[in-house]
Amino acid sequence: MELVQATKRAIGKATRDAFGEALRELGHRYPNLVVIDGDVNNSTRTEWFAKEFPDRFINVGIAESNLVGIAGGLAGCGKIPVIASFACFMMCNAFDQLRMSVAFPHLNVKVCGSHSGISIGEDGPSQMGIEDVALAMALPGFTVLVPADEVETREVVKAALEHQGPVYIRTGRPPVPIVYTDGCDFQIGRANRLRDGNDVTLIANGLMVAAALDAADLLARGGIQARVLDMASVRPLDEEAVVAAAQETRGIVVAEEHLRWGGLGSAVAMAAAEHAPCRMRFVALEGYAESGKPEELLEKYGLTARHIAQAAREVLA
Amino acid sequence: MATNLSSSDLTTLRETARRLRRYIIEMTTAAGSGHPSSSLSAIDIMTALYFGGILRYDPQRPDWPDRDRFILSKGHAAPALYAVLAEAGYFPVEQLMTLRRIGSPLEGHPNMRRLPGVEASTGSLGQGLSIGIGHAFAGRMDGRTYRVYVMLGDGECDEGQVWEAAMCARHYRLGNLTAIVDHNKAQQSGLVKDVMNHMPLAEKWRVFGWHVQEIDGHDMRQILDALAVARGVTDGPSVIVAHTIKGKGVSFVEADWTFHGRALSPEQAKRALEELGWS
Repeated sequence: MELVQATKRAIGKATRDAFGEALRELGHRYPNLVVIDGDVNNSTRTEWFAKEFPDRFINVGIAESNLVGIAGGLAGCGKIPVIASFACFMMCNAFDQLRMSVAFPHLNVKVCGSHSGISIGEDGPSQMGIEDVALAMALPGFTVLVPADEVETREVVKAALEHQGPVYIRTGRPPVPIVYTDGCDFQIGRANRLRDGNDVTLIANGLMVAAALDAADLLARGGIQARVLDMASVRPLDEEAVVAAAQETRGIVVAEEHLRWGGLGSAVAMAAAEHAPCRMRFVALEGYAESGKPEELLEKYGLTARHIAQAAREVLA
Repeated sequence: MATNLSSSDLTTLRETARRLRRYIIEMTTAAGSGHPSSSLSAIDIMTALYFGGILRYDPQRPDWPDRDRFILSKGHAAPALYAVLAEAGYFPVEQLMTLRRIGSPLEGHPNMRRLPGVEASTGSLGQGLSIGIGHAFAGRMDGRTYRVYVMLGDGECDEGQVWEAAMCARHYRLGNLTAIVDHNKAQQSGLVKDVMNHMPLAEKWRVFGWHVQEIDGHDMRQILDALAVARGVTDGPSVIVAHTIKGKGVSFVEADWTFHGRALSPEQAKRALEELGWS
C-alpha cells in the first residue's frame, strides 16, 4: 500500500491492524469480550480475534442494524461487545440502533469504525467515513476516540475496554507514520503534548497528528514555534489543554480527516469559545472526495502538513 | 404438546387479563394519551407468559442471570407491559396511574434504565428482535438455560431490521428464542393490508426458516399450548403469529383503528370498563 504522505517519520502499521492485534490480545484478559462484525472482518481485522476465539465471534452478515441491536442485547447480559464495520456503514447505516439500543440505555458497547476518512483511497467516497465522528458526538454518553498511530491505537483499545460505557473508536485503512516512538501514555479525556511551543497551537487526531508534527517542523524553519497536541480523545475533551493553548499561544489550528462540522474542530471551538476565545482555523474536509491514491487525495482535499502550516500562518497574521 | 393447566387455572388467567385490561384503560385515560388499543391486543399473550407458568422470573431479582427474558419490541404497548409487571410484583399497582407523568419511570415507551423488569428500551420499531438475539447468544455462550421471548407488532414487520434479525436467528439456530407477532391487522395510519401489505405474514417467517405456529391470540388455551410447543423447539427459532384484534374487549375500540395512539376519554373509559364487567 502507498504511504499516506511524504514524511521523514517511520511508517508503522495501519491503525486498523493495531486494533485487530489489540483485540486478539485483550481477548485473553476479558473472557466477557465478544466481537461482532458485519462481514468485513478481514478489513476491520476482527478476523484475528475470530480465529483465536471462534466461540466469541459473530459474523451477522451485511446487516449493521441487526449487528448493533445484538450488541445491545449482549451488553444487557454483562458481555462486553466490540462491534466493527466500516465507519460509514456502522455510523450512518445503524445510527438509530446506536441511539436506541446502545446510547439511550447507556450500554457497555465498544464501536469500531474502520476505513475512516479519505485515506482509504481508490474505493471512493461511498466507502469513506467522513461524518462518523460527528454522528458519534451526537450520541449522548459516548466516549469518542481517534488514535494517531499503531502505538496509540493499542492503548486506546485497552482504555476503551477498561471504561464502563459506550465508546467509539475510529481506525484507518492505510499504514501511517509512527508518532509515539517511545511509547504512549494514553488517558481518556487527556491530550498528549507532543511538541512545545508558544507561538501557535496545532491540535489534531488520527493521521493528521503526524501531519501536524511535520507542519511544526515547517513552521520552525520560519522561526515559528508551534505547540502540537494529539487530541485522540474528542469526548471527553481535554478542555484545560485547549484553554492553556488559547491563553499561552496566539491561536489554534485544528486538523482532522473528517468533515469540518461536528468533529474535533467543533469540539475544540466550543471549549475555546466558552472559556478562552482565540483565533482559530480548521483544516478539515468540506465535502465528499473521490477515488484516488491516499496521498493524492490528502493533497487535493487539503489535509497535509503544508495546509496545516498555512492555516497556522493565517492565525498569526 | 398440551399444557397441564386445569380449566380453573384458565379461568383465573382470563380473570387476570380482564383486570389488566382495566389497568390499561385506566392508566392511559388518566395520562390522556398512550396506545390502549395496541396494549389490549397484546395483553392476553402477555398474561399467559407471566402468569401461565411460562416465564421464569423473580420480581425481587430483576437482574437474575437465569431469568427468562421478555422483550417488548412494540414499545408503544408499554401500558400492557407495565400492567403485567405491576401484577407480577415488580412495583406497586398504584404506580400505574403515574404513566407518562414527569418524574415517573413509567414513560411513554419502556426505559430499561428506570423500571425493573424492563429488559430493553424500545419504541423505535424493529430493534427488539435483534436485542433478543443478543440475549440468546449470551445465554448460549454462558451455558444458561433461559429462553428469550420477543413480542413484535405486525406493522413493525415493515422494518427491514426485523428480517435481518430473522435471517440471523435462523442461521445461528437460536433454539432459545421465540418471537410472538401481535397480528392485530392495523397500524398507525390504517389497516396493515392498506398501508403495507405483507400478508401472508406467517408464510414469510416460514420461508425464513422459522418454526411457525398460527393461533388465536385471545384464546388462552391456544396461547399456552403454542408457548409450550415453542419451548420444545430447540434446534432453531420459533415464532407464534397470534391473530389478535386491536382494542380487544372494547367494542367501539375494536371497530375503529384510529384509536392507535389515542387514549379513551373519561366517558369512553367508563363505557369500556362496563363492557369488561367493571362497573
